[in-house]
Amino acid sequence: MIKISADLFDPWHEVVVYQNSAKHWAGKFGATNVFVGTMRDFNDGDSVSAMVLEHYPGMTEKQLDDIVEQAIRDWHLLDALVVHRVGEIKPNEPIVLVAVWASHRGDAFDAGRQIMEALKNKAPFWKKERLQNGDERWVEHNTDGYLRSPKNDFSVFSD
Amino acid sequence: MIMSVKVRYFASLKDSIGRSEDLVDVNGIVTVAEIWAMANANRPMPDNILAAVNMEYVDIEHSVQNGDEVAFFPPVTGG
Repeated sequence: MIKISADLFDPWHEVVVYQNSAKHWAGKFGATNVFVGTMRDFNDGDSVSAMVLEHYPGMTEKQLDDIVEQAIRDWHLLDALVVHRVGEIKPNEPIVLVAVWASHRGDAFDAGRQIMEALKNKAPFWKKERLQNGDERWVEHNTDGYLRSPKNDFSVFSD
Repeated sequence: MIMSVKVRYFASLKDSIGRSEDLVDVNGIVTVAEIWAMANANRPMPDNILAAVNMEYVDIEHSVQNGDEVAFFPPVTGG
């Protein structure tokens, strides 16, 4: 299932409610993989106070449907749930939830990764950051999820 | 009913163009690149722009006709 949410959502609650509602695969799944993406209060060395997520209604759902269907076929998933926020978001709020259910852990881990990376590359969402100093800027591209992240630099926040 | 091509722009591209959509009438079949040129006569298409026709990704030589929706946007940054 795909959900685009203009409001704050609780990803853990979403997982529990969805799993409990899916009677047709109750007892069949042995592995659940859950990824939650959350808004940081820093990016590119700057302190970020808020973010606005724009999307292309219709195309977003179409692309996410294709991505999830592909993962279900590739990894023999029983089901998948993707929830993505749009609109104004504050640090510490969840942006995205990807939950997958499979019989075995290997498929669950790999399918979750595949959905998340495809979402980052294909789903038409765009982030505009509002910095602590009031400036606004569009995020220009997503980083490669398969590369190791640079070490976090928190020095700008230390006194 | 008169059909035309609906052209949509998103995110930083929308900001730099100053519009979110255009309507373009075409005769027969044209390409995505030609749609850009008709809607943005004096503005070359930026290098990193992505294009979609009827909400599917396409390259700029993809064909377009009246009734289609064409979208142009910068690299996506969701998740």
